[in-house]
Amino acid sequence: MPAARKRAMERKRIDMAKQAIKGLGVSPGARVGRAFRYAPVRLEEVPETKAEAGESEQELRKLQEAKEHCSRELEELVKQAKEKLGEGKAAILKGQISMLNDPAFYPLIVKQVQAGWSAGTAVRKVTEQTAALFENMKNAYMRERAADVRDVGTRLVKHLLNRKGGQLSDIDREVILVADDLAPSDTVQLDQRLVSGFVTRIGGKTSHTAIMANSLGIAAVVGAGAGVDLIEDGMLLALDGDSGLILLEPDEAETAASLAKRQEQEREKRELAAYANRPAVTKDGYRPEIAANIGSPAEAVGLPERGAEAVGLYRTEFLFMNRTAAPDEETQFRAYKEAAEAMQGRPVVIRTLDVGGDKELPYLNIPKEMNPFLGYRAIRVCLDRPELLVTQLRALLRASAYGQIKIMVPMISGLSEWRRFKSLFAEVRQQLTAANVPMAGRVETGIMVEIPAAAVQADRFAREVDFFSIGTNDLVQYTVAADRMNEKVAGLYDYFHPAVIRLVKRVIDASRERGIWTGMCGSMAGDPLAVPLLIGLGLHEFSMSPASLLAVKRRVGQLDQGECRALTERILDMDTPEEVRAALGEFASCLG
Amino acid sequence: MFQKLTTIRNKDGFHIRPAQLFVEKAAGYQATIKLITEEPSAEIDGKSILGLMTLGLEKGKTLLIQAEGPDEEAAVHDLADLVESGFGES
Repeated sequence: MPAARKRAMERKRIDMAKQAIKGLGVSPGARVGRAFRYAPVRLEEVPETKAEAGESEQELRKLQEAKEHCSRELEELVKQAKEKLGEGKAAILKGQISMLNDPAFYPLIVKQVQAGWSAGTAVRKVTEQTAALFENMKNAYMRERAADVRDVGTRLVKHLLNRKGGQLSDIDREVILVADDLAPSDTVQLDQRLVSGFVTRIGGKTSHTAIMANSLGIAAVVGAGAGVDLIEDGMLLALDGDSGLILLEPDEAETAASLAKRQEQEREKRELAAYANRPAVTKDGYRPEIAANIGSPAEAVGLPERGAEAVGLYRTEFLFMNRTAAPDEETQFRAYKEAAEAMQGRPVVIRTLDVGGDKELPYLNIPKEMNPFLGYRAIRVCLDRPELLVTQLRALLRASAYGQIKIMVPMISGLSEWRRFKSLFAEVRQQLTAANVPMAGRVETGIMVEIPAAAVQADRFAREVDFFSIGTNDLVQYTVAADRMNEKVAGLYDYFHPAVIRLVKRVIDASRERGIWTGMCGSMAGDPLAVPLLIGLGLHEFSMSPASLLAVKRRVGQLDQGECRALTERILDMDTPEEVRAALGEFASCLG
Repeated sequence: MFQKLTTIRNKDGFHIRPAQLFVEKAAGYQATIKLITEEPSAEIDGKSILGLMTLGLEKGKTLLIQAEGPDEEAAVHDLADLVESGFGES
C-alpha cells in the first residue's frame, strides 16, 4: 500500500464520523463526483392556504401555466422513456398526461381555485381526493395506481412553486445524486451519462432505487440514514457501491485510488461484456446453463441481454413483505407473468414462499422462536396454512401460460412433505383445468436442497421430482452447524468443507441417474473459484447474482471438463476446506 | 344520439393501458361520449381516464357507450370495437 494512501486511511479512522458515511452498497462501482442534492417537492408539504381576495384570477393563470409546463415535461419524458426504458414505461407516463388533461381532474382543480383556494392547495386537495378513489378499489393493481395520480399532482405543484433548484433536468455535468429516496418518475429523467452514482437516505437491497441503479449500471449506496445530512450540495464524494462506503471531501490519494478502482472495474467490464451473448461452454463441449437469482420481476427485465440464460431462483417473499395482508392471486399472477415474459421463453424457477424464521410477515402472526432457522418457516408454514400455498400455486400456474415457469419448494426435509405438496399442486392444477384456465402443458416442480436430510435422500427424491436446486447458503450452515453471521463461528462456515462437497456430489449423481437436472442457487454457484469443482461434479445449472454472470461464463470457457473431473477426484480425497481452497486456487492460477 | 352495448372481454378491464387507449380514441371525436354501467351503477365521461379506471369494470361486465355529436355513429362503433377486441389482451 502506498504511504500516502496508508496515511489517508489512518486519518480517516481518526476522524471517521466527519469524513465518511456508510450505507448499503446495492449497485457496484467506484465513483468520484460532486454531490447533487435532489430535494423533490412533496405534496404533503403544500400548506392549506386561501388566495388573497381578488387574486383568484392570477392563481388561475399560474395554474394554467404550470399545467402547460407539466404537459410539455411529460411529453418529453414519454419520448425519453420510449428510447431508454421501452414502451411499457412510456405507456404509464402517457397515462399521466391523460390524467392531467382529464375532465375529472383539472376542471375540479379550477373549481377549487374559483372557490377561493390557492392554486397549490387546490391541486393538493383534488389529487388527494382522486388518489383516494383508487386506494378504495378492490383490485390491488388499481389501488397502486394512486401513486400515478400523486405523481401527476406533485409534478403540477412543482411547476406551480417554480422550484428550480434541485431539478433533475438541471444536471449538466457528471454528479452523484443525493436524495432521501428516488421515485420511478425520477429514474426516467436521469441522464446516465451525467449521473454516475446514487446516495439515498432510505431503501434496501430490493428498493426501487437499488433495482434501477443495477439495471442502469449506476453505482449506488442506499440506506445511508442521517449521514446524508452531512453531504452538502457540490461536495466532492468518493462512493463505493460495493462496500457502501462514501468518503466526504476525499483527499488526492483517496480520489486517485477511487479513480484507479473505477478504471480497473471498467476495463474488466469491457472484457467481460464479450461473454454476455455467448453460451458458457467448456473446451471439451460441456455446456451448463448460466442463470440469475432475482427478488422481483423488475430485476428480470434485460437479464437475457446481460448474459442470463434463465432465472434459477426468483425469491417470491419480497412480494409478501411491506404489506398488511398477503398479496392476492391477481397481484401474484401479474408479478410471475411479468418475470416469465421478461425472460422470453427461457426458464424461470420460482421459489414458493420462504418466510418465517428470520423473515417476518406481521400479518401471518408467527410467534418469535428461540431457533428460527430450525423452526416454523417456508414449506412448513405453507403446508400448515394451505390457503397461502393454493393462492400462490394458482397464480404460478396461470402465469405458466406466458413463459417457462418451474416451481421450486424450499426447506423440504423429507418425502412426506414433498408428497403433500404434490397432492396440493395436483389439486390446484385440476381445478384450473376444469375451469379452462390457460396453462403451460407441463410445469416442472422440484425441491431446493438446503437441508442435509434432503441431500442424503436425494436418490429417493430423484424418483419423484423434476429437478433439484442446491441452496448452498443454508445447506452449509445446516451441515456444519454454524451461523455465518456469528463472527465467533463464521470461520467454520465454508462451502468448500469436504462434507458439503460430498452432499453436492450425492445430489448431482442422484439426478444424473434419473435423467433429471441439478442446479445450484447459493453463493457458491457464483464463485469463479468453485466453478471447476462444480463442472467436475457435473452440475447442470449455475444460478447467481446477475453481477457474477459474466465472470462465471468466462471461467467456464477456460475449463476442460475432463481436467475438472480429475481435479474433483483429488478434491474428494481431501480432509479439510483449507486443502480444497488451496487446490482450487492453484488450479485457477494456471488458467489463462 | 347513438348508442351501443358492449361486453368487456379482457381479463382486467380498464387498467391503465386499455383506459389510455380508450380515451385516446375517444378524444379524437367531436361527439361527447358517455359510458353507462349497471353494475356498479354509474355514468361517466368517456374521455376521462380517471373515470374509466375507477369504474372497476371486469371481464364479462356490460358497458353502454353513448355518443352525441356530428361524428357520434363512427365514435360509438370505433370505441365498441376497441372494447370488444379486448384491447389486444387475452
